[in-house]
Amino acid sequence: MKHERAMERRRFLKGTLGAASLVALSGCDNLTQSSWFPAILSKAERWTETAQRAITPQNALAKEYGEADISKIFPANGNTDPGTEQYAEHVAQKFSEWTLDVVGLVQMPRSWSLAALKELPSRTQITRHDCVEGWSAIGKWTGVPLGDLMHQVEPLPNARYAVFHCADVDDEGVSYYESIAVADCYHPQTILAYELNGEPLDVPHSAPLRLRFERQLGYKQAKYVMKVALVESLAGIGGGKGGYWEDQGYEWYAGI
Amino acid sequence: MAVRIQSEAAVSQKADLGLMEEPPAPETLSTVSTLTVATPPAIERVNRHRLPVRISHWLNVPFLIILIMSGLQIFNAHPALYWGDRSDRDRPVFSIRPVQMDDGELKVVTTILGHQFDTTGVLGYSDGMRRAFPAWVTIPSAKWLAMGRQWHLFFSWLFVINGLIFTAYAFASRHATRDLTPTGKDLRSIGKSLRDHLVLRHPTGDEAKRYNVLQKLAYASILFFIAPLIVFTGLAMSPTIDTAFPWLLTIFGGRQSARTIHFVACFSFVGFIVVHVLQVILTGFFNNIRSMVTGWFVAKHEGVGHEA
Repeated sequence: MKHERAMERRRFLKGTLGAASLVALSGCDNLTQSSWFPAILSKAERWTETAQRAITPQNALAKEYGEADISKIFPANGNTDPGTEQYAEHVAQKFSEWTLDVVGLVQMPRSWSLAALKELPSRTQITRHDCVEGWSAIGKWTGVPLGDLMHQVEPLPNARYAVFHCADVDDEGVSYYESIAVADCYHPQTILAYELNGEPLDVPHSAPLRLRFERQLGYKQAKYVMKVALVESLAGIGGGKGGYWEDQGYEWYAGI
Repeated sequence: MAVRIQSEAAVSQKADLGLMEEPPAPETLSTVSTLTVATPPAIERVNRHRLPVRISHWLNVPFLIILIMSGLQIFNAHPALYWGDRSDRDRPVFSIRPVQMDDGELKVVTTILGHQFDTTGVLGYSDGMRRAFPAWVTIPSAKWLAMGRQWHLFFSWLFVINGLIFTAYAFASRHATRDLTPTGKDLRSIGKSLRDHLVLRHPTGDEAKRYNVLQKLAYASILFFIAPLIVFTGLAMSPTIDTAFPWLLTIFGGRQSARTIHFVACFSFVGFIVVHVLQVILTGFFNNIRSMVTGWFVAKHEGVGHEA
Protein backbone atom coordinates (compact mmCIF):
# COMPACT_ATOMS: atom_id res chain seq x y z
CA MET A 1 0.00 0.00 0.00
CA LYS A 2 2.69 2.36 1.09
CA HIS A 3 4.78 1.28 -1.86
CA GLU A 4 1.90 1.88 -4.24
CA ARG A 5 1.43 5.37 -2.92
CA ALA A 6 5.12 6.07 -3.32
CA MET A 7 4.96 4.80 -6.87
CA GLU A 8 1.95 7.01 -7.53
CA ARG A 9 3.71 9.99 -6.05
CA ARG A 10 6.72 9.28 -8.18
CA ARG A 11 4.55 9.00 -11.28
CA PHE A 12 2.87 12.26 -10.40
CA LEU A 13 6.18 14.00 -9.82
CA LYS A 14 7.60 12.62 -13.03
CA GLY A 15 4.45 13.68 -14.88
CA THR A 16 4.53 17.19 -13.46
CA LEU A 17 8.21 17.67 -14.13
CA GLY A 18 7.85 16.15 -17.55
CA ALA A 19 4.89 18.39 -18.39
CA ALA A 20 6.67 21.52 -17.17
CA SER A 21 9.79 20.73 -19.13
CA LEU A 22 7.71 19.87 -22.18
CA VAL A 23 6.05 23.27 -22.09
CA ALA A 24 9.45 24.96 -21.77
CA LEU A 25 10.94 22.69 -24.39
CA SER A 26 8.20 23.05 -26.95
CA GLY A 27 8.56 26.79 -26.42
CA CYS A 28 12.26 26.53 -27.15
CA ASP A 29 11.65 24.19 -30.07
CA ASN A 30 9.14 26.65 -31.52
CA LEU A 31 11.72 29.41 -31.19
CA THR A 32 14.33 27.20 -32.83
CA GLN A 33 11.98 26.56 -35.76
CA SER A 34 10.97 30.20 -36.12
CA SER A 35 12.50 32.38 -38.80
CA TRP A 36 13.64 35.19 -36.53
CA PHE A 37 15.01 33.59 -33.37
CA PRO A 38 18.00 31.67 -34.77
CA ALA A 39 19.03 34.92 -36.47
CA ILE A 40 19.28 36.50 -33.01
CA LEU A 41 21.15 33.52 -31.56
CA SER A 42 23.64 33.66 -34.41
CA LYS A 43 24.68 37.19 -33.39
CA ALA A 44 26.77 35.60 -30.65
CA GLU A 45 29.20 34.37 -33.32
CA ARG A 46 30.14 37.97 -34.18
CA TRP A 47 30.46 38.93 -30.51
CA THR A 48 32.69 35.94 -29.90
CA GLU A 49 34.83 36.61 -32.95
CA THR A 50 35.22 40.31 -32.14
CA ALA A 51 36.05 39.63 -28.49
CA GLN A 52 38.44 36.76 -29.17
CA ARG A 53 40.29 38.61 -31.92
CA ALA A 54 40.58 41.65 -29.65
CA ILE A 55 42.14 39.77 -26.73
CA THR A 56 44.22 37.21 -28.63
CA PRO A 57 47.59 38.40 -29.94
CA GLN A 58 47.68 37.81 -33.67
CA ASN A 59 50.60 35.40 -33.57
CA ALA A 60 49.95 33.76 -30.20
CA LEU A 61 50.75 30.09 -30.60
CA ALA A 62 48.52 27.18 -29.71
CA LYS A 63 50.13 24.98 -27.07
CA GLU A 64 52.65 22.54 -28.51
CA TYR A 65 53.02 19.23 -26.74
CA GLY A 66 55.76 16.64 -26.33
CA GLU A 67 56.12 13.30 -28.11
CA ALA A 68 54.79 11.52 -25.02
CA ASP A 69 51.49 13.41 -25.26
CA ILE A 70 50.61 12.13 -28.75
CA SER A 71 47.33 10.20 -28.91
CA LYS A 72 47.81 6.51 -29.60
CA ILE A 73 44.83 6.59 -31.91
CA PHE A 74 44.08 9.81 -33.74
CA PRO A 75 40.43 9.48 -34.79
CA ALA A 76 39.91 10.04 -38.50
CA ASN A 77 36.81 12.19 -38.48
CA GLY A 78 34.53 13.43 -41.22
CA ASN A 79 35.05 11.66 -44.51
CA THR A 80 37.53 8.82 -44.30
CA ASP A 81 37.70 8.23 -48.05
CA PRO A 82 36.59 10.62 -50.77
CA GLY A 83 35.54 7.52 -52.74
CA THR A 84 35.63 9.15 -56.17
CA GLU A 85 37.25 7.52 -59.20
CA GLN A 86 39.59 10.46 -59.58
CA TYR A 87 40.78 10.13 -56.01
CA ALA A 88 41.22 6.37 -56.36
CA GLU A 89 43.49 7.06 -59.31
CA HIS A 90 45.57 9.44 -57.19
CA VAL A 91 45.87 6.76 -54.51
CA ALA A 92 47.02 4.25 -57.15
CA GLN A 93 49.63 6.74 -58.37
CA LYS A 94 50.72 7.43 -54.79
CA PHE A 95 49.66 11.05 -55.31
CA SER A 96 52.49 11.73 -57.76
CA GLU A 97 50.07 13.74 -59.94
CA TRP A 98 48.42 15.60 -57.05
CA THR A 99 48.71 19.35 -57.36
CA LEU A 100 47.75 22.23 -55.14
CA ASP A 101 46.46 25.30 -56.94
CA VAL A 102 46.46 28.67 -55.24
CA VAL A 103 44.27 30.98 -57.28
CA GLY A 104 41.74 33.80 -57.12
CA LEU A 105 42.52 37.28 -55.88
CA VAL A 106 46.30 36.95 -56.05
CA GLN A 107 49.05 38.66 -58.05
CA MET A 108 50.53 35.38 -59.26
CA PRO A 109 48.37 32.28 -59.22
CA ARG A 110 50.49 29.18 -58.84
CA SER A 111 50.32 25.47 -58.55
CA TRP A 112 52.62 23.09 -56.72
CA SER A 113 53.04 19.38 -57.07
CA LEU A 114 53.10 17.44 -53.81
CA ALA A 115 56.81 16.83 -54.28
CA ALA A 116 57.44 20.57 -54.78
CA LEU A 117 55.53 21.36 -51.59
CA LYS A 118 57.61 18.86 -49.66
CA GLU A 119 60.76 20.61 -50.79
CA LEU A 120 59.70 23.91 -49.29
CA PRO A 121 60.75 24.68 -45.70
CA SER A 122 58.44 22.73 -43.40
CA ARG A 123 57.11 23.11 -39.90
CA THR A 124 56.46 20.30 -37.45
CA GLN A 125 54.09 20.85 -34.55
CA ILE A 126 52.57 18.59 -31.90
CA THR A 127 49.20 20.14 -31.34
CA ARG A 128 45.76 19.39 -29.99
CA HIS A 129 42.83 18.84 -32.33
CA ASP A 130 39.57 19.93 -30.67
CA CYS A 131 36.47 18.45 -32.23
CA VAL A 132 33.21 20.39 -32.09
CA GLU A 133 31.73 17.27 -30.47
CA GLY A 134 33.94 17.83 -27.44
CA TRP A 135 36.82 15.35 -27.70
CA SER A 136 40.49 16.19 -28.26
CA ALA A 137 43.36 14.29 -29.85
CA ILE A 138 47.03 15.18 -30.03
CA GLY A 139 49.08 14.60 -33.16
CA LYS A 140 52.38 15.60 -34.70
CA TRP A 141 51.82 17.38 -37.98
CA THR A 142 54.40 18.28 -40.59
CA GLY A 143 53.63 20.57 -43.48
CA VAL A 144 54.32 23.74 -45.32
CA PRO A 145 53.32 27.01 -43.63
CA LEU A 146 50.45 28.48 -45.62
CA GLY A 147 51.93 31.94 -45.04
CA ASP A 148 54.96 30.96 -47.13
CA LEU A 149 52.69 30.10 -50.06
CA MET A 150 50.80 33.36 -49.57
CA HIS A 151 54.05 35.33 -49.81
CA GLN A 152 54.68 33.68 -53.17
CA VAL A 153 51.24 34.31 -54.68
CA GLU A 154 50.78 37.75 -53.09
CA PRO A 155 47.12 38.19 -52.23
CA LEU A 156 45.40 41.31 -53.58
CA PRO A 157 44.24 43.87 -51.04
CA ASN A 158 40.58 42.91 -51.51
CA ALA A 159 41.17 39.20 -50.77
CA ARG A 160 39.38 38.49 -47.48
CA TYR A 161 38.92 34.72 -47.36
CA ALA A 162 40.97 31.71 -48.37
CA VAL A 163 38.59 29.00 -49.57
CA PHE A 164 39.86 25.41 -49.46
CA HIS A 165 38.36 23.12 -52.08
CA CYS A 166 38.56 19.45 -51.19
CA ALA A 167 38.56 16.20 -53.15
CA ASP A 168 35.74 14.63 -51.15
CA VAL A 169 32.00 14.77 -51.75
CA ASP A 170 29.28 13.75 -49.32
CA ASP A 171 26.58 11.10 -49.92
CA GLU A 172 24.52 13.62 -51.85
CA GLY A 173 27.39 14.67 -54.10
CA VAL A 174 28.01 17.98 -52.36
CA SER A 175 31.69 18.93 -52.44
CA TYR A 176 33.49 19.69 -49.24
CA TYR A 177 35.03 23.10 -48.83
CA GLU A 178 36.11 25.29 -45.96
CA SER A 179 37.34 28.84 -45.52
CA ILE A 180 39.39 30.96 -43.15
CA ALA A 181 40.31 34.65 -43.05
CA VAL A 182 43.30 35.56 -45.23
CA ALA A 183 44.90 37.18 -42.18
CA ASP A 184 44.81 33.79 -40.39
CA CYS A 185 46.72 32.15 -43.27
CA TYR A 186 49.84 33.92 -42.00
CA HIS A 187 49.67 32.45 -38.49
CA PRO A 188 52.86 30.41 -38.02
CA GLN A 189 50.91 27.27 -37.07
CA THR A 190 48.57 27.42 -40.05
CA ILE A 191 50.09 24.76 -42.30
CA LEU A 192 49.15 22.48 -45.14
CA ALA A 193 50.17 19.19 -43.57
CA TYR A 194 51.37 16.12 -45.44
CA GLU A 195 52.59 14.05 -42.47
CA LEU A 196 50.99 12.82 -39.26
CA ASN A 197 53.28 11.42 -36.56
CA GLY A 198 56.18 11.21 -38.99
CA GLU A 199 54.32 9.21 -41.65
CA PRO A 200 52.77 10.49 -44.88
CA LEU A 201 49.04 11.03 -44.33
CA ASP A 202 47.00 7.89 -44.96
CA VAL A 203 43.66 8.00 -46.74
CA PRO A 204 41.45 8.20 -43.60
CA HIS A 205 43.61 11.07 -42.31
CA SER A 206 43.17 12.88 -45.62
CA ALA A 207 46.11 11.95 -47.83
CA PRO A 208 47.93 13.70 -49.26
CA LEU A 209 47.28 17.20 -47.92
CA ARG A 210 45.15 18.82 -45.27
CA LEU A 211 44.84 22.11 -43.49
CA ARG A 212 45.97 22.52 -39.89
CA PHE A 213 44.48 25.68 -38.43
CA GLU A 214 45.30 25.17 -34.79
CA ARG A 215 43.38 27.97 -33.15
CA GLN A 216 39.97 26.79 -34.27
CA LEU A 217 37.83 23.65 -34.00
CA GLY A 218 38.29 20.43 -35.93
CA TYR A 219 35.70 21.03 -38.61
CA LYS A 220 37.77 23.93 -39.96
CA GLN A 221 40.68 21.55 -40.73
CA ALA A 222 39.86 20.96 -44.39
CA LYS A 223 40.84 17.50 -45.64
CA TYR A 224 42.05 16.33 -49.09
CA VAL A 225 42.90 19.92 -50.11
CA MET A 226 43.27 20.46 -53.88
CA LYS A 227 42.80 24.17 -54.31
CA VAL A 228 43.01 27.36 -52.29
CA ALA A 229 41.00 30.21 -53.82
CA LEU A 230 41.25 33.71 -52.42
CA VAL A 231 37.97 35.60 -52.58
CA GLU A 232 36.38 38.78 -51.36
CA SER A 233 33.03 37.25 -50.43
CA LEU A 234 31.78 33.79 -49.53
CA ALA A 235 28.44 34.32 -51.22
CA GLY A 236 27.86 32.00 -54.15
CA ILE A 237 30.34 29.38 -52.98
CA GLY A 238 28.59 26.17 -51.89
CA GLY A 239 25.72 27.18 -49.60
CA GLY A 240 27.28 30.61 -49.13
CA LYS A 241 28.19 30.22 -45.45
CA GLY A 242 31.88 29.59 -45.96
CA GLY A 243 32.12 25.84 -45.57
CA TYR A 244 30.44 22.46 -45.74
CA TRP A 245 29.78 22.41 -41.99
CA GLU A 246 28.86 26.08 -41.90
CA ASP A 247 26.18 25.33 -44.50
CA GLN A 248 24.82 22.75 -42.00
CA GLY A 249 24.45 25.42 -39.31
CA TYR A 250 27.85 25.44 -37.59
CA GLU A 251 29.56 28.78 -36.97
CA TRP A 252 32.09 30.06 -39.50
CA TYR A 253 34.13 31.46 -36.61
CA ALA A 254 35.01 28.28 -34.75
CA GLY A 255 37.25 29.71 -32.03
CA ILE A 256 35.11 28.15 -29.27
CA MET B 1 -4.72 27.58 7.78
CA ALA B 2 -7.07 30.11 9.36
CA VAL B 3 -4.22 31.41 11.45
CA ARG B 4 -2.15 32.03 8.39
CA ILE B 5 -4.88 34.01 6.64
CA GLN B 6 -5.29 36.10 9.76
CA SER B 7 -1.66 36.92 10.01
CA GLU B 8 -1.53 37.85 6.32
CA ALA B 9 -4.31 40.33 7.02
CA ALA B 10 -2.36 41.62 9.94
CA VAL B 11 0.59 42.10 7.67
CA SER B 12 -1.13 44.45 5.30
CA GLN B 13 -2.74 46.38 8.12
CA LYS B 14 0.49 46.90 9.96
CA ALA B 15 2.29 47.64 6.76
CA ASP B 16 -0.08 50.45 5.96
CA LEU B 17 0.38 51.82 9.45
CA GLY B 18 4.09 51.64 9.10
CA LEU B 19 4.11 53.49 5.84
CA MET B 20 2.00 56.29 7.32
CA GLU B 21 4.04 56.73 10.42
CA GLU B 22 7.48 56.47 9.02
CA PRO B 23 8.24 55.76 5.37
CA PRO B 24 10.55 52.78 5.18
CA ALA B 25 13.97 53.25 3.69
CA PRO B 26 14.08 50.40 1.21
CA GLU B 27 17.77 49.96 1.42
CA THR B 28 19.47 46.86 2.67
CA LEU B 29 18.85 43.65 4.47
CA SER B 30 19.57 45.45 7.70
CA THR B 31 17.45 48.55 7.16
CA VAL B 32 14.07 47.77 8.52
CA SER B 33 10.84 49.52 9.12
CA THR B 34 10.28 48.47 12.67
CA LEU B 35 6.77 47.97 13.92
CA THR B 36 6.92 47.35 17.57
CA VAL B 37 3.25 48.14 18.21
CA ALA B 38 3.15 44.41 18.53
CA THR B 39 0.39 42.18 19.61
CA PRO B 40 1.70 38.66 18.98
CA PRO B 41 2.73 37.52 16.49
CA ALA B 42 4.57 40.75 15.81
CA ILE B 43 5.15 41.28 12.17
CA GLU B 44 7.88 43.18 10.52
CA ARG B 45 8.31 44.07 6.88
CA VAL B 46 11.84 44.08 5.66
CA ASN B 47 13.15 45.21 2.33
CA ARG B 48 15.19 42.14 1.83
CA HIS B 49 16.44 42.21 -1.76
CA ARG B 50 17.44 45.31 -3.66
CA LEU B 51 16.32 45.84 -7.23
CA PRO B 52 19.60 44.98 -9.01
CA VAL B 53 19.79 41.70 -7.09
CA ARG B 54 16.19 40.87 -7.99
CA ILE B 55 16.65 41.61 -11.69
CA SER B 56 19.88 39.66 -11.86
CA HIS B 57 18.31 36.73 -9.99
CA TRP B 58 15.30 36.40 -12.28
CA LEU B 59 17.36 36.79 -15.44
CA ASN B 60 19.43 33.87 -14.29
CA VAL B 61 16.38 31.60 -14.12
CA PRO B 62 15.88 31.30 -17.89
CA PHE B 63 19.60 31.76 -18.58
CA LEU B 64 20.63 28.83 -16.42
CA ILE B 65 17.83 26.54 -17.57
CA ILE B 66 18.75 27.21 -21.20
CA LEU B 67 22.49 26.87 -20.57
CA ILE B 68 22.07 23.58 -18.72
CA MET B 69 19.70 22.08 -21.29
CA SER B 70 21.67 23.22 -24.34
CA GLY B 71 24.83 22.08 -22.56
CA LEU B 72 23.38 18.58 -22.24
CA GLN B 73 22.64 18.71 -25.99
CA ILE B 74 26.31 19.48 -26.64
CA PHE B 75 27.40 16.75 -24.22
CA ASN B 76 25.25 14.27 -26.15
CA ALA B 77 27.46 14.77 -29.21
CA HIS B 78 30.23 12.93 -27.37
CA PRO B 79 28.87 11.52 -24.12
CA ALA B 80 32.16 10.87 -22.40
CA LEU B 81 34.48 12.88 -20.16
CA TYR B 82 38.23 12.56 -19.75
CA TRP B 83 41.04 13.85 -17.60
CA GLY B 84 44.06 15.61 -19.08
CA ASP B 85 44.50 17.14 -22.50
CA ARG B 86 43.36 14.39 -24.83
CA SER B 87 40.48 11.97 -25.07
CA ASP B 88 41.71 8.40 -24.80
CA ARG B 89 38.55 6.56 -25.74
CA ASP B 90 39.43 3.58 -23.58
CA ARG B 91 39.99 5.69 -20.46
CA PRO B 92 37.04 7.99 -19.84
CA VAL B 93 36.31 9.18 -16.29
CA PHE B 94 32.64 9.20 -17.20
CA SER B 95 30.78 7.86 -20.18
CA ILE B 96 27.33 6.83 -21.30
CA ARG B 97 27.54 4.17 -23.98
CA PRO B 98 24.97 1.88 -25.56
CA VAL B 99 26.13 -1.71 -25.79
CA GLN B 100 24.57 -4.34 -28.02
CA MET B 101 23.95 -7.54 -26.05
CA ASP B 102 24.40 -11.00 -27.58
CA ASP B 103 20.64 -11.41 -27.93
CA GLY B 104 20.43 -8.14 -29.85
CA GLU B 105 19.04 -6.18 -26.91
CA LEU B 106 20.48 -2.70 -26.42
CA LYS B 107 21.74 -1.96 -22.95
CA VAL B 108 23.31 1.25 -21.75
CA VAL B 109 26.44 1.17 -19.68
CA THR B 110 27.25 4.31 -17.74
CA THR B 111 30.80 4.33 -16.45
CA ILE B 112 31.89 6.56 -13.57
CA LEU B 113 35.60 6.35 -12.66
CA GLY B 114 35.77 2.74 -13.78
CA HIS B 115 32.53 1.65 -12.09
CA GLN B 116 29.86 0.47 -14.48
CA PHE B 117 26.14 0.94 -14.07
CA ASP B 118 23.27 -0.29 -16.20
CA THR B 119 21.21 2.81 -16.95
CA THR B 120 19.04 1.35 -19.71
CA GLY B 121 15.83 3.35 -20.03
CA VAL B 122 17.16 6.33 -18.07
CA LEU B 123 20.32 7.49 -19.77
CA GLY B 124 21.85 6.64 -23.08
CA TYR B 125 18.91 5.39 -25.06
CA SER B 126 15.50 6.91 -25.48
CA ASP B 127 12.78 7.11 -28.11
CA GLY B 128 14.61 4.54 -30.18
CA MET B 129 17.59 6.89 -30.42
CA ARG B 130 21.09 6.52 -29.12
CA ARG B 131 21.38 9.63 -27.00
CA ALA B 132 22.91 10.10 -23.58
CA PHE B 133 20.46 12.58 -22.08
CA PRO B 134 16.81 12.20 -23.12
CA ALA B 135 15.02 14.68 -25.37
CA TRP B 136 13.06 16.29 -22.52
CA VAL B 137 16.18 17.74 -20.90
CA THR B 138 17.94 19.05 -24.01
CA ILE B 139 17.56 22.17 -26.15
CA PRO B 140 16.59 21.63 -28.89
CA SER B 141 14.83 18.38 -28.02
CA ALA B 142 16.04 16.68 -31.21
CA LYS B 143 19.68 15.67 -31.52
CA TRP B 144 21.11 18.81 -33.09
CA LEU B 145 24.59 19.87 -32.01
CA ALA B 146 24.86 22.96 -34.22
CA MET B 147 21.66 24.45 -32.83
CA GLY B 148 22.52 23.44 -29.26
CA ARG B 149 25.78 25.37 -29.62
CA GLN B 150 23.94 28.42 -30.96
CA TRP B 151 21.69 28.49 -27.89
CA HIS B 152 24.53 27.77 -25.50
CA LEU B 153 27.01 30.33 -26.83
CA PHE B 154 24.39 33.09 -27.11
CA PHE B 155 23.11 32.62 -23.57
CA SER B 156 26.60 32.21 -22.15
CA TRP B 157 27.23 35.80 -23.25
CA LEU B 158 24.09 36.98 -21.47
CA PHE B 159 24.95 34.93 -18.38
CA VAL B 160 28.46 36.40 -18.20
CA ILE B 161 27.24 39.99 -18.72
CA ASN B 162 24.59 39.52 -16.04
CA GLY B 163 27.19 38.00 -13.73
CA LEU B 164 29.65 40.84 -14.25
CA ILE B 165 27.01 43.50 -13.55
CA PHE B 166 25.87 41.63 -10.44
CA THR B 167 29.43 41.22 -9.18
CA ALA B 168 30.21 44.91 -9.69
CA TYR B 169 27.02 45.82 -7.85
CA ALA B 170 27.52 43.30 -5.07
CA PHE B 171 30.95 44.67 -4.22
CA ALA B 172 30.14 48.36 -4.78
CA SER B 173 27.05 48.15 -2.56
CA ARG B 174 28.84 45.92 -0.03
CA HIS B 175 26.09 43.30 -0.54
CA ALA B 176 28.85 40.74 -1.00
CA THR B 177 30.74 41.57 2.16
CA ARG B 178 27.80 42.47 4.40
CA ASP B 179 25.16 39.93 3.44
CA LEU B 180 26.98 37.06 1.77
CA THR B 181 30.23 36.70 3.70
CA PRO B 182 29.86 34.54 6.80
CA THR B 183 31.03 36.22 10.01
CA GLY B 184 33.12 34.50 12.66
CA LYS B 185 29.99 34.11 14.74
CA ASP B 186 28.24 32.55 11.74
CA LEU B 187 30.99 30.03 11.26
CA ARG B 188 30.98 29.03 14.93
CA SER B 189 27.26 28.30 14.72
CA ILE B 190 27.61 26.15 11.65
CA GLY B 191 26.93 22.91 13.54
CA LYS B 192 23.73 24.24 15.02
CA SER B 193 22.61 25.62 11.66
CA LEU B 194 23.27 22.26 10.05
CA ARG B 195 21.19 20.45 12.68
CA ASP B 196 18.39 22.99 12.31
CA HIS B 197 18.34 22.53 8.55
CA LEU B 198 18.29 18.77 8.85
CA VAL B 199 15.19 18.80 11.06
CA LEU B 200 13.70 21.58 8.88
CA ARG B 201 13.65 24.04 11.77
CA HIS B 202 13.89 27.41 10.10
CA PRO B 203 14.86 30.72 11.64
CA THR B 204 12.10 33.14 12.54
CA GLY B 205 12.03 36.77 13.66
CA ASP B 206 15.27 38.71 13.42
CA GLU B 207 17.16 35.60 12.42
CA ALA B 208 14.99 35.23 9.31
CA LYS B 209 15.80 38.75 8.12
CA ARG B 210 19.36 37.88 7.32
CA TYR B 211 20.91 34.92 5.57
CA ASN B 212 21.93 32.12 7.89
CA VAL B 213 25.40 30.67 7.67
CA LEU B 214 24.50 27.80 5.36
CA GLN B 215 22.67 30.18 3.06
CA LYS B 216 25.66 32.51 2.97
CA LEU B 217 28.01 29.67 2.22
CA ALA B 218 25.72 28.26 -0.48
CA TYR B 219 25.12 31.60 -2.19
CA ALA B 220 28.71 32.79 -1.89
CA SER B 221 30.15 29.56 -3.25
CA ILE B 222 27.69 29.41 -6.15
CA LEU B 223 28.18 33.11 -7.02
CA PHE B 224 31.89 33.48 -6.45
CA PHE B 225 33.23 29.99 -7.01
CA ILE B 226 31.01 27.74 -9.13
CA ALA B 227 29.82 30.48 -11.52
CA PRO B 228 33.34 31.76 -12.34
CA LEU B 229 34.52 28.15 -12.49
CA ILE B 230 31.93 27.26 -15.11
CA VAL B 231 32.81 30.36 -17.15
CA PHE B 232 36.57 29.78 -17.03
CA THR B 233 36.33 26.06 -17.78
CA GLY B 234 34.04 26.99 -20.67
CA LEU B 235 36.65 29.43 -21.96
CA ALA B 236 39.40 26.85 -21.49
CA MET B 237 37.60 24.66 -24.04
CA SER B 238 38.12 27.38 -26.66
CA PRO B 239 41.23 26.70 -28.75
CA THR B 240 41.60 30.43 -29.46
CA ILE B 241 41.31 31.48 -25.81
CA ASP B 242 43.88 28.80 -24.95
CA THR B 243 46.41 30.52 -27.18
CA ALA B 244 45.73 33.88 -25.51
CA PHE B 245 45.66 32.53 -21.93
CA PRO B 246 47.64 29.28 -21.82
CA TRP B 247 47.49 29.28 -18.01
CA LEU B 248 43.84 28.25 -18.28
CA LEU B 249 45.01 24.84 -19.49
CA THR B 250 47.58 24.71 -16.73
CA ILE B 251 45.23 25.45 -13.85
CA PHE B 252 42.55 23.03 -15.02
CA GLY B 253 44.99 20.31 -16.03
CA GLY B 254 44.15 20.27 -19.73
CA ARG B 255 41.26 20.90 -22.06
CA GLN B 256 39.51 17.61 -21.38
CA SER B 257 39.84 18.14 -17.62
CA ALA B 258 38.33 21.58 -18.10
CA ARG B 259 35.42 19.97 -19.95
CA THR B 260 34.95 17.48 -17.10
CA ILE B 261 35.05 20.25 -14.47
CA HIS B 262 32.58 22.26 -16.58
CA PHE B 263 30.22 19.29 -16.40
CA VAL B 264 30.68 18.83 -12.64
CA ALA B 265 30.11 22.57 -12.11
CA CYS B 266 26.94 22.28 -14.20
CA PHE B 267 25.63 19.56 -11.91
CA SER B 268 26.63 21.64 -8.88
CA PHE B 269 24.27 24.26 -10.28
CA VAL B 270 21.57 21.62 -10.75
CA GLY B 271 22.06 20.44 -7.15
CA PHE B 272 22.01 24.00 -5.86
CA ILE B 273 18.83 24.81 -7.80
CA VAL B 274 17.03 21.73 -6.44
CA VAL B 275 17.92 22.50 -2.82
CA HIS B 276 17.30 26.23 -3.29
CA VAL B 277 13.81 25.72 -4.71
CA LEU B 278 12.99 23.17 -1.98
CA GLN B 279 14.07 25.62 0.71
CA VAL B 280 12.05 28.41 -0.89
CA ILE B 281 8.98 26.18 -0.71
CA LEU B 282 9.66 24.95 2.84
CA THR B 283 10.38 28.36 4.41
CA GLY B 284 7.28 30.17 3.19
CA PHE B 285 6.85 30.02 -0.55
CA PHE B 286 4.70 33.12 -0.93
CA ASN B 287 6.79 35.28 1.38
CA ASN B 288 10.02 34.22 -0.30
CA ILE B 289 8.76 34.71 -3.83
CA ARG B 290 7.30 38.10 -2.95
CA SER B 291 10.56 39.20 -1.40
CA MET B 292 12.48 38.25 -4.54
CA VAL B 293 9.88 39.95 -6.77
CA THR B 294 9.04 43.10 -4.80
CA GLY B 295 11.80 43.12 -2.22
CA TRP B 296 9.44 42.94 0.76
CA PHE B 297 9.90 40.10 3.20
CA VAL B 298 7.81 39.53 6.29
CA ALA B 299 9.51 38.39 9.46
CA LYS B 300 7.30 37.08 12.24
CA HIS B 301 8.36 37.58 15.83
CA GLU B 302 7.24 35.14 18.42
CA GLY B 303 6.24 36.76 21.70
CA VAL B 304 5.92 40.42 22.65
CA GLY B 305 8.74 42.90 23.05
CA HIS B 306 11.21 40.67 21.36
CA GLU B 307 12.99 43.69 20.04
CA ALA B 308 13.23 46.68 22.29
